[in-house]
Amino acid sequence: MIEYASNGHKPAALVIGGGIAGIQAALDIAEAGFKVYLVERSPSIGGRMSQLDKTFPTLDCSSCILTPRMVDVSRHPNIDLLTYSEVAEVSGQAGDFRVRIRKKPRYVDEDKCRGCGLCAQACRLSGRVSGDPGVDFNAGIARRAAIFVPFPQAVPLVYTVDPQACIYLTRGVCGKTFLCKDACDAQAIDFSQTEQYLDVQVGTIVVATGFDIFDAHRRPEMGYGVYPQVITTLEFERLASASGPTAGKIILDGKMPKQIVFIHCVGSRDRALGRWDGEGSNPYCSRVCCMAVAKQAHLAHDRIPGAQITVFYMDVRAFGKGFEEFYDRVRNEGILYRRGNPSEVIRHGDKLLVRAEDTLLGELVEVEADLVVLAVGMQPRRDASGVAEMLHLERSEDGFFLEDHPKLRPVESNVPGVYLAGCCQGPKDIPDTVAHAKAAASAAMILLAGNGQRLFANQEKSSLLA
Amino acid sequence: MLKIDSRQFIQDYGLYACIQCGKCTGGCPMAIKTRLNPRMLIYRLLIAGNGFDLEGREELWDCTTCSTCYSRCPKLVNPMEAVVALRSAIVENGRIHPNVKTALESTFRHGNPLTMPREERADWAKDLQVKSFAAGGAAEGAEYLYFVGCTPSYDPRVQKVSRALVSLFQHNGIDFGILGVEESCCGSEVRRLGEAGLFEMISEENGELFKSVGAEHIITTSPHCFNTFKNDYPKNGVQVQHYTQVLAEQPLSYSGKFDKTVTYHDPCYLGKHNHVFDEPRAVLKAIPGVKLVEMDRSREKSLCCEGGGGRMWLEGTNPGTRLAQMRVQEALETGAEVLATACPFCLLTLEEAVKHLNAEDRLRVMDIAEIAVEAM
Repeated sequence: MIEYASNGHKPAALVIGGGIAGIQAALDIAEAGFKVYLVERSPSIGGRMSQLDKTFPTLDCSSCILTPRMVDVSRHPNIDLLTYSEVAEVSGQAGDFRVRIRKKPRYVDEDKCRGCGLCAQACRLSGRVSGDPGVDFNAGIARRAAIFVPFPQAVPLVYTVDPQACIYLTRGVCGKTFLCKDACDAQAIDFSQTEQYLDVQVGTIVVATGFDIFDAHRRPEMGYGVYPQVITTLEFERLASASGPTAGKIILDGKMPKQIVFIHCVGSRDRALGRWDGEGSNPYCSRVCCMAVAKQAHLAHDRIPGAQITVFYMDVRAFGKGFEEFYDRVRNEGILYRRGNPSEVIRHGDKLLVRAEDTLLGELVEVEADLVVLAVGMQPRRDASGVAEMLHLERSEDGFFLEDHPKLRPVESNVPGVYLAGCCQGPKDIPDTVAHAKAAASAAMILLAGNGQRLFANQEKSSLLA
Repeated sequence: MLKIDSRQFIQDYGLYACIQCGKCTGGCPMAIKTRLNPRMLIYRLLIAGNGFDLEGREELWDCTTCSTCYSRCPKLVNPMEAVVALRSAIVENGRIHPNVKTALESTFRHGNPLTMPREERADWAKDLQVKSFAAGGAAEGAEYLYFVGCTPSYDPRVQKVSRALVSLFQHNGIDFGILGVEESCCGSEVRRLGEAGLFEMISEENGELFKSVGAEHIITTSPHCFNTFKNDYPKNGVQVQHYTQVLAEQPLSYSGKFDKTVTYHDPCYLGKHNHVFDEPRAVLKAIPGVKLVEMDRSREKSLCCEGGGGRMWLEGTNPGTRLAQMRVQEALETGAEVLATACPFCLLTLEEAVKHLNAEDRLRVMDIAEIAVEAM
């Protein structure tokens, strides 16, 4: 038996990251009767999946299937949900990890806030703050106030003051009176909040810290950041989403695009990245972009009557259940797949020209477009090295966290008692992420259920954490 | 028949890495108007079995060596270097285009591809009181060796650039000397025309020359010389900079103005080859009065002027509209009055294109050094 469990502590798990992987792992462990601390650094759980419109290949509405899970997390008696919080320190070993969690100040009392949004309407910066595209729920394409909930289905539905934007927090004064405070009937806004620390003891840790989106500026020839008509697949999701800034209308600068080009493999399968910027390359396939593009091409076809849609590709990897069938369906809708990955996007009057070799023709072609969507890949979190250092995790050459055995121990990390779930271990689509998370939860529960002695006979290895 | 051992070639140039995505050809400025298709060339090499026949592959001479293909390739394959190597195989077999032959022979005999006598190499600087590293010269111990280059030494138009640079260096108190009549071609174009043997000889001789005069820091007029010293020569500890890098590091003081709208054309050997995009722009922006506007295709997307890779001597499989003419059109669309560049070849090809398009009254082609001198 795990020692501290016999000392009267309730066996508990820490889950780091509140995306679909962390949510799934937390729910499974909690359902089995163990205590779970779910730590999420952003104001709400939900992660990348909450940003998506429809999911491939079934075209289920992403938030419709995710939101109930998020609510389950918030209501589960065995889950302590710690949002806007980060794991600061970890010590101990499998069965007995000591974890210090830093709760960042929201400047809003979570217990008092009712999520009404009057504060955001009153904020002097209402409709003027654009978040970091890599983090922001709307991928930077919509404006909000300096006090915000990332999206209407946020869990918890509690407002948070953005410390980078808030006039009071950045300049020390915001007019004669706090408009947000004045607007709040619940008196929830509290600028005296400070960082707080919480120490917990857990037997096991599930790491579900997710991935970053490739920054398309690193392939400048694609024109991202130069031409407003060039967007990423994540931005397209927000345009297509009913909860997005255009309420699901695919509109750019007030106009519906009619000639749409999708470009595969931007920031994936690319060994040459980093030649000049000193950052890493992304030699791996991101595994989701082919199908994400197929789905988005379908959505564009569905919502823009008469649109000419071209998908430029090098290979189409439709390997999952129902994926090839979906690819067939999309082509039959009249979406043109042309083989050849575009080399550059240039200006052509009010429109753009996508220049590529159609490799089946062996000819250079220029395709006119009023919307170009870059299928951006996944990459390790920018701060993955910090997490790796804190937990003593090894990383594979691509920078993702390394599983203990590529075939037989796919969710175990090199540190006993620490398990990996979802895209922090490598790119995955939603079904694979959920499967991986459930496997990580099950591995964690084996430990919590009391077989620790047998599993961790190798004490040398299990004392890695000082 | 002119067969090469394609298996060995594929190994040497890493062509098995190619995934046939077509990014090289999609960005190639010549693929749109000639028979050159880098992606398909690699594919033909890959499927050639044991031998690849170079007979009749005229398109190999279309490549301007602009390096767009390499900069776009996601697999670190360098089609441009493969083309240069295939040219070498042709040249090794003695199949040399007559124009090219003259240029190569002249480089061998006179140290320049322009069939000009060596004794006249430093004539442009006669009245400028420039110290010389040549025997008996006074430049011994000077901090910088200004490597002028062939075109800036002999071509009357480009001599204005070398003269401008001398004024700028003198004005800025830069301690420099030139090699005078002892300076020889850097060999960049020789290498890219496929004369690998001659290039090796030139690079050895130049290396020894630099060593013998104690040069530690070289400044070049041309991005081509800069690139070949930096990337093609054996590492010799000599620091090489293009003049725009030096001027960006040691800003000039201006007493005059250059009140014009200027657009800047990135030379391939500065930009795409060496990622020097910011320094030339920094120099331009620092000149009082200059209003810098950008063409759509700038920096990484800059369109080649078609002056590199030996294209100064060749017509290739499509002698139609030169890229420089397309480029001048793009410059005209910005409304700029001056098309600035920082490369002798670009200067000549673009100026020729302006004449061809009868646009002399609307657009002046100038080297950045010339603009700086006008504002001094």
